[in-house]
Amino acid sequence: MLTQRLLTSDRGGMIVLGIIAVALVLVPILNMTLPRESPFYVSNFTVALLGKFLCFALLALAVDLIWGYAGILSLGHGAFFALGGYAMGMYLMRQIGERGVYGHPELLDFMVVMNWESLPWYWQGFDMFWFAALMILLIPGLLALVFGWLAFRSRVTGVYFAIITQALTYALMLAFFRNEMGFGGNNGLNDFKTILGFEIATRATRAGLFVASGIALILGYLSCRYIVTSRMGRVLVSIRDAESRTRFSGYKVESYKLWVFVYSSMMAAVAGALYVPQVGIINPGEFSPLNSIEVVVWVATGGRGTLYGAIVGAFSVNYAKTFFTTWSPQTWLFVLGSLFVLVTLLLPKGLVGLFNHLKRKQREDNPPPEAPSEDAATIKSPGGAA
Amino acid sequence: MSIVKQALRAGRHALPKADPNFGAPIDTSHGPILYVEGISVSFDGFKALNDLNLYVDDGELRCIIGPNGAGKTTMMDVITGKTRPDEGSVFFGQSINLLELSEHQIARGGIGRKFQKPTIFEALTVYENLELATAANKRVWSTLTRELNGAQKDRIEEVLHTIGLITQRHQDAGALSHGQKQWLEIGMLLMQEPRVLLVDEPVAGMTGEEVEHTAQLLTSLAGKHSVIVVEHDMAFVRSIARTVTVLHQGSVLAEGSMDQVQNDPKVIEVYLGET
Amino acid sequence: MIKYGHWFLALLLSCASVPALAENDQANPDFETLVQQLPQGNLRDRMATIEALVSSDDERLLNLLTALRNNDLLADDGEPPRVARRRDGQVFDVLSGELLLDDTVETLSRVPVNNMMRRQLQTTIARLSLNNDSPQVRYRAVRQMISDGVDADIIALLRERDEIETTLLVSNAIETAFALHRLDSDNPQTRLSAVERLRGSLESEARNSLRRLAENDEVTEVREAAAEALQSIEGRVTFYRAVESTLFGLSLGSVLLLAAIGLAITFGVMGVINMAHGELIMIGAYTTWMVQQLFPGLIEWSLLIAIPSAFVVTALVGIAIERGVIRFLYGRPLETLLATFGISLILQQAVRSLFSPLNRSVTSPEWISGTLTINPVLSITYTRLYIFIFGLMVFFALLLIMKKTALGLKVRAVSQNRAMARAVGVRSSWVDALTFGLGSGIAGVAGVALSQITNVGPNLGQAYIIDSFMVVVFGGVGNLWGTLVSAMSLGILNNYLEPWTGAMLAKVIVLVLLILFIQKRPRGLFPQKGRAADG
Repeated sequence: MLTQRLLTSDRGGMIVLGIIAVALVLVPILNMTLPRESPFYVSNFTVALLGKFLCFALLALAVDLIWGYAGILSLGHGAFFALGGYAMGMYLMRQIGERGVYGHPELLDFMVVMNWESLPWYWQGFDMFWFAALMILLIPGLLALVFGWLAFRSRVTGVYFAIITQALTYALMLAFFRNEMGFGGNNGLNDFKTILGFEIATRATRAGLFVASGIALILGYLSCRYIVTSRMGRVLVSIRDAESRTRFSGYKVESYKLWVFVYSSMMAAVAGALYVPQVGIINPGEFSPLNSIEVVVWVATGGRGTLYGAIVGAFSVNYAKTFFTTWSPQTWLFVLGSLFVLVTLLLPKGLVGLFNHLKRKQREDNPPPEAPSEDAATIKSPGGAA
Repeated sequence: MSIVKQALRAGRHALPKADPNFGAPIDTSHGPILYVEGISVSFDGFKALNDLNLYVDDGELRCIIGPNGAGKTTMMDVITGKTRPDEGSVFFGQSINLLELSEHQIARGGIGRKFQKPTIFEALTVYENLELATAANKRVWSTLTRELNGAQKDRIEEVLHTIGLITQRHQDAGALSHGQKQWLEIGMLLMQEPRVLLVDEPVAGMTGEEVEHTAQLLTSLAGKHSVIVVEHDMAFVRSIARTVTVLHQGSVLAEGSMDQVQNDPKVIEVYLGET
Repeated sequence: MIKYGHWFLALLLSCASVPALAENDQANPDFETLVQQLPQGNLRDRMATIEALVSSDDERLLNLLTALRNNDLLADDGEPPRVARRRDGQVFDVLSGELLLDDTVETLSRVPVNNMMRRQLQTTIARLSLNNDSPQVRYRAVRQMISDGVDADIIALLRERDEIETTLLVSNAIETAFALHRLDSDNPQTRLSAVERLRGSLESEARNSLRRLAENDEVTEVREAAAEALQSIEGRVTFYRAVESTLFGLSLGSVLLLAAIGLAITFGVMGVINMAHGELIMIGAYTTWMVQQLFPGLIEWSLLIAIPSAFVVTALVGIAIERGVIRFLYGRPLETLLATFGISLILQQAVRSLFSPLNRSVTSPEWISGTLTINPVLSITYTRLYIFIFGLMVFFALLLIMKKTALGLKVRAVSQNRAMARAVGVRSSWVDALTFGLGSGIAGVAGVALSQITNVGPNLGQAYIIDSFMVVVFGGVGNLWGTLVSAMSLGILNNYLEPWTGAMLAKVIVLVLLILFIQKRPRGLFPQKGRAADG
């Protein structure tokens, strides 16, 4: 019953999850067992890159859940991603211990440089993984709770909400740039050594992180599917399309928005926490408003309001980014900028919508025997919410 | 089965229910279920409502007419919690102060509203629209973890019959015709099982036959529910009205049977050229 | 009251002296030959050259000698001096006085001076400055003397000037110098009268001397008088500091106003979220730079040329954006936001590719540089002052356009009820394009102003976009007066916070306060009311 609800009625999602599952098995094997010369060898670089993309896809999923379904456009979701990343970074920094440049048993290098005498209170406890893991969820979740409570309660919606979320991440960026904040200022946190006792730079650890990201993505996807196929999912869509009508139907709109916003922020935070050990650094640049807004473009490109579209979007845009930035860095911003314009003007349903449209057209040309599938039937007008 | 009988059956299901938001059942021991007293609302100096007084009895069918800008929609906004008045009080029964409640609490408490422009959820199917409106636990956690129970699902089937959309049940609501959307919205109202229905221009855009059906439905709902209809279509009003209230410039100009109201010189002056 | 008189006078003077352009009409052969001789000969020869230069009594003298003293007079190796660098780093031609864009001065060498020449220059410059036509220059000269220490020679010089000095600001400063000198007198009565005289002075030297006196003077009466005078001075210093903070806040506010006011039109009136607004500002700033590149001989006039040029350029870019993208997205604000964000990325990258990713330096004309000193604790740069005035001018011009012109009427009509406006014959698409062009053009004009106070680079716009939206939202969307009030109050708030918290934290605090404020009043300080606004 539940598998039927979550998977079989969702063809596109099944395909995407299937590909990810295969990659999770195949990529580490190809990376670790084959010799470098083999044409099927997957380089360390590619593993790290794909791992990064998996985290981005999870972040995109989080944004799609609130934007695609509840119509909440957050231009500050990168902030939750970065906070999750910082919480993980703090754990990794504490793991360095005496292996730092200054060899101080407790203080981090940048604290030694700043002549601090003891570890600030908010760094306490991060040497324990369970505590850090808790904080990865709790800190962004709390921020989302307070921020969302304030915003939704006073009915800040649409563009206003988008702009204040952008201001939120901007303010956090400025704050984290300050050395006195105690998060390494401009340089952020880096030079990690071990995670859970494993050397972070080894092939096996990297493969492990890659697999962990993939599993997180799959679980994230299924949880989102569960939400959007429940009655709550329908309430969210109705909030997106006619907020005040939903109120008059007896739903406390603020609570729904707040709940889904907090859930989404935690998903973003997990993505950030998995991202940091794979790229080896977290700095205030991750808070930059541009990052957050890029995530929105991944979702829009893939297809808003389809969940798997967000994953498709995250992978395709980031692949394009990798391609263009190595081929000709100058052109990337042109491409990204044009993507914003073209997707909103010409592809309101994104790649997934385009693909479905082509498929339907084909089917109309050769009439099909089967009944129309129900997938994506929940969402018809992603452009409808303002 | 005629649409009226279906509606009557629907009415039986809509017996008053104690709502968790209100605690006690609605006290109508003095007659009226809705007390609107001394309401004034102004926007930027423009008085949309000016010392408005309105009492609606339990089970009554009340029609409200008035020229454009008379304050009909604003009055509905006040009752349903969308607009807060500058002065006055609105009571639901003897003891429930509607001005202290928010929109969703008022809706859960038993006041349903149909908008002037049909507002249904176009991206959802007809069935899902009704499902959303169903009087069930509407808290976040319950909607996430629990589907509707059998009785509630049966009720949806019934209402689908009543509003004649049984074959369109899995169609997107956005694809319905204008009249069908009106019906769907009325169906959603029925699913809410309200004590008071506020219906804003229910027959706009309907064909003659549809208008007739609507008239039958609304009349049949009265008695079990209190129904307040705002309408411009005078023929329609005459066909259903028992008591008519005329609003003008934000306050009540006249009240009485259709004939009384039509012969009132003040009303004639205001409506000169209309009717 | 006297001090306020100065203030006003100084303001008037500063305005009057604006077009002090083109002052090299009279060629003075003596002066030019002497300048050529400056680096030649031994020490004695060179000092004689300076003496001769002084007697030539040329207008260009003060700048030249100041540069010489500061080691800022530059020449090709062994050649006569060619250019000089001002304190603010800009370079001008020694003979013509014109500002030069060519900043390849690294290859030039300094015209040498030694300590003896420097002392000679010191007194010469002091005397020259004391007799300069500008009261501001004279005032600064006196203050310089005070802070260098007043000796008998200086007193003699000042006494000479005091006879003929007409400006209160300057003669007050001279009086202060005399009083400071008298503080060293052996006669307690003289010291007491000097203390009395210094009671009103805000000069830090005066405060230091009084403090010394209050602690060490052998006569109790003098000590007490000094302490009391000190106290009254401290009170006034605090007052002027607050005034200065407010002025700086207003000036920051006017920068915010300029950045936001175009947005108040496109966002506030039309409801279009234009995330490329910052880039339009950036294009305006680049237009200023282009104007200076195209007309290197007209630096003094460049801003006046740049303002209309920037308006036209950015208005055209704005109209292109509106016709090409935004018009397809009316009624879909979130999509508009994303599309215009894309445009902002394209514009940034275009500028980066066309010019360079590096910052460009825009030259400030002579009349806009320098500082207006009102008293020792209160001074403001002319740039800030002009931007303040300019911001208000733009604001009122816009207000006039919106309230009094046919375009303004149509814009308001379309924004209130598009269908109705169209029904009465307003070509709404045309009005949309023009309104958007107007808002964009104003962003360009803001760019001209910003080019004077910040680096002109591809990222210029990004720094202002969030601030601008905040200003508009805080003030109340659709309300120009609200934008004015909100820009000014945010500027002042920011400026009062800064000394306590540092620049970055102040910004963070202001943002957080704003976010909280929007929660409380989602429609801003001065919301538009009515049924339409309820949406």
